[in-house]
Amino acid sequence: MQTLTKNQTLIEINQLNLFYGAFHALKNVSLRIPEKAITAFIGPSGCGKSTLLRTLNRMNDMIPGTRIEGGIAISGTDIYSGDVDVETLRKKVGMVFQQPNPFPKSIYDNIAYGPRLHGIHDRKKLDEIVETSLRSAVLWEEVKDYLKRSAFSLSGGQQQRLCIARALAVNPDILLMDEATSALDPISTLKIEELAQELKDRYTIVMVTHNMHQAARVSNQTVFFLNGEVVEYDETEKLFSNPTDQRTEDYISGRFG
Amino acid sequence: MNNIFVDANRKQIAGRRRIDFTLRLLFLIATSIGVIALMALLIDIISDGISMLRPELFNNFPSRRASEAGMKSAIVGSLYMLLIMAPLSFLLGVGAAIYLEEYAKKNRITRMIQLNISTLAGVPSIVYGILGLTLFVRELHLGRSLLAGAFTMTLLVLPIIIVSAQEAIRAVPKSRRDASYALGATKWQTVSRSVLPSSISGILTGVILAMSRAIGETAPLVMIGALTFVAFLPTGPMDSFTVMPIQIYNWVSRPQASFQALAASGIIVLLVMLLLMNLSAILLRNKYNKHM
Amino acid sequence: MPNEALSTNSSKQLVDAAKRNHAFRNEKSHLMDKIMPVALFLCAALSIATTIGIVATLIGETYHFFEQVPFVDFITGTKWSPLIEPKSFGIWPLICGTLLITVIACLVAVPLGLASAIYLSEYAPKKVRNIVKPILEILAGVPTIVYGYFALSFITPMVRGIFADAGVFNALSAGIVVGIMIIPMVCSLSEDAMTAVPRSLRDGAYALGATRFEVALKIVVPAAFSGIVASAVLAFSRAIGETMIVTVAAGSTPKLTANPLESIQTMTAYIVQVSLGDTPHGSVEYGTIFAVGMTLFVITFLLNILAQYVARRFREEY
Repeated sequence: MQTLTKNQTLIEINQLNLFYGAFHALKNVSLRIPEKAITAFIGPSGCGKSTLLRTLNRMNDMIPGTRIEGGIAISGTDIYSGDVDVETLRKKVGMVFQQPNPFPKSIYDNIAYGPRLHGIHDRKKLDEIVETSLRSAVLWEEVKDYLKRSAFSLSGGQQQRLCIARALAVNPDILLMDEATSALDPISTLKIEELAQELKDRYTIVMVTHNMHQAARVSNQTVFFLNGEVVEYDETEKLFSNPTDQRTEDYISGRFG
Repeated sequence: MNNIFVDANRKQIAGRRRIDFTLRLLFLIATSIGVIALMALLIDIISDGISMLRPELFNNFPSRRASEAGMKSAIVGSLYMLLIMAPLSFLLGVGAAIYLEEYAKKNRITRMIQLNISTLAGVPSIVYGILGLTLFVRELHLGRSLLAGAFTMTLLVLPIIIVSAQEAIRAVPKSRRDASYALGATKWQTVSRSVLPSSISGILTGVILAMSRAIGETAPLVMIGALTFVAFLPTGPMDSFTVMPIQIYNWVSRPQASFQALAASGIIVLLVMLLLMNLSAILLRNKYNKHM
Repeated sequence: MPNEALSTNSSKQLVDAAKRNHAFRNEKSHLMDKIMPVALFLCAALSIATTIGIVATLIGETYHFFEQVPFVDFITGTKWSPLIEPKSFGIWPLICGTLLITVIACLVAVPLGLASAIYLSEYAPKKVRNIVKPILEILAGVPTIVYGYFALSFITPMVRGIFADAGVFNALSAGIVVGIMIIPMVCSLSEDAMTAVPRSLRDGAYALGATRFEVALKIVVPAAFSGIVASAVLAFSRAIGETMIVTVAAGSTPKLTANPLESIQTMTAYIVQVSLGDTPHGSVEYGTIFAVGMTLFVITFLLNILAQYVARRFREEY
């Protein structure tokens, strides 16, 4: 299998098949995702890109009737083998969702929720985590005086950055972004994209996007999915300028999807 | 490559998983207590009452001797009650529901009526008994009659019927009303020929469930003075009467074991009747779901 | 504005058309459209009349009662013996008995109902839910007199087996069974409140590595808290108004006690006791029904209003 960058592979997906009941949602997917870079999953809706993303932190486990064949290894550990429990997995693999989903709590408590779960109760330590997480999500300056306010008092874009900060607060290595900007206005979208660019030096980011231009702007590698299969996987620049597969070319030139 | 999971606090997470497992077990046990209670109740009643479940129970009037006692007058009384109560509460309840869903303007009076209905649903049944005693038995001089009892129970079940009928009517898609209006139908024609037929099985389901609630009610009828010892069948709505739950109550409150067994057998009859009513409601509901 | 003029013009045409159309209307349906709204309004207004009837009945007779018995004696007295000389009319023993039953019932129903609701909404696979929910519905539909028999014939012997000094009639047995009766109500109202909590909130917590229990306790329960509290308040109110179980199993000896193993009397059981006897209309004893009924009505009414207020006032915006 090709290695795309000089970065080391962090996530290795091997011959992965996923079924929802009788529906074959992912077919023989094999991918190597490098660390400390942004990998984008693109493709028309229903192509399996979100499903694959959700297998990386096992959020699919909660959908009844889901069956998985093949394996996913993160830094050498098979995440479906029982070597690692889902709680540990999800602590290291954070996720940001399509719709901002802050908890009905204060800004502070939203960020502190994860660290508290994982056993940090020291007030000073929590204060510190809240500040660094909010700074990492470039939200600190906007909210530092209102930490006790409800998270719902924030705008949509701010709420999404809060959710990113919340995910960073448990100190993950990987950040999954599931169409994280699709519910936002263009300016907020741009801010999140800039943020992703800054975060990629410290985190491995995998994002699903319905927006090809976003993938082209932000990501280092791009994977194109169609009907549950990987059609093409390459350096973003190369995939968009010189695709090898005809279907990829049709999709990125807007002929379908 | 460094394993990224090494620095996670695996021990702390294992502890939390144990808590989760324990609590899941506790929640499961708590849930099964309700199920176990129902089983215990049914087994208790069937084992106590099965021996007294004999023809005399249906053919005989109450008696001082448990061996001769039956609940003929109570079964007939309950059925007569149903006969008066069902059409009355259907008309009044569905009428109110149609008004609130189709005619009422969104104003303070409507909101007040709606709030009032949900408050009435929470009034203890014995308070309805006090109302029935004063209003129907005394003020309207109906005496301790079948009619007074049926009126009291109608008031008691109306809130339940209204709320369920409202839900059934609300579930009728707006397009059916539009189709009717588009053909030049008036409001009442639309309601009576389009909305009601579409929601009737849902409405009937609610009415049947309300009737099964009424059939098991004891307290309000004790209040208005349904008798506990009736050795005749009521011949008209102004006759005095008894009903199954009151007959059962009468037997339960006697200390002799034979009457306790009689009470249990009476309960079996009552429960079978409720079961049949609920089954018909479920059948109706399934039919309704298919058509919507 | 030419536009406005146009629209007024066309609406006028519409009205004219409607008027012309009117002439062709079926006379009968026209009549129905005049009568039915009024008739249907009267059906709906019957609920208001019922409330007024309840309040007027209670107030009227209660007023008579307080002409004979001082209100202060009623509301502060600690002895209730209206049927036996020397008569006294202190309501507190009945309130005490009612509270004892209600507290026991809620101690049974709220934890079990809430735990069942959490299990059904957060843990249970669909198959289990499809079995358990109808069973709980059946439990909710069992007539109270049947529960009364169950209390007397099953729970009381069990209680007396454990506590040797428990009476044949005792508050504990009746309270436990009232509790079992209201489990389904607490469970279904709490579960409704929990299922209303959006999935996205749960996903957010799961994605941070929370266990199911942590999601339930720290996300779902707080978000559904107002609905849960409302269900508990309604349960409390239902327990206060419950009549047949306590009449059959809790006894008829009004007393100020906190001992659940003793025989007590609740407000509802007292009302049943009097109405079973031959109390002459107009006597003081007859009046006690209404004074006690009024107390019962006021308490449950206030609790129901409180439940509605809690459910609305503290509704979370997700």
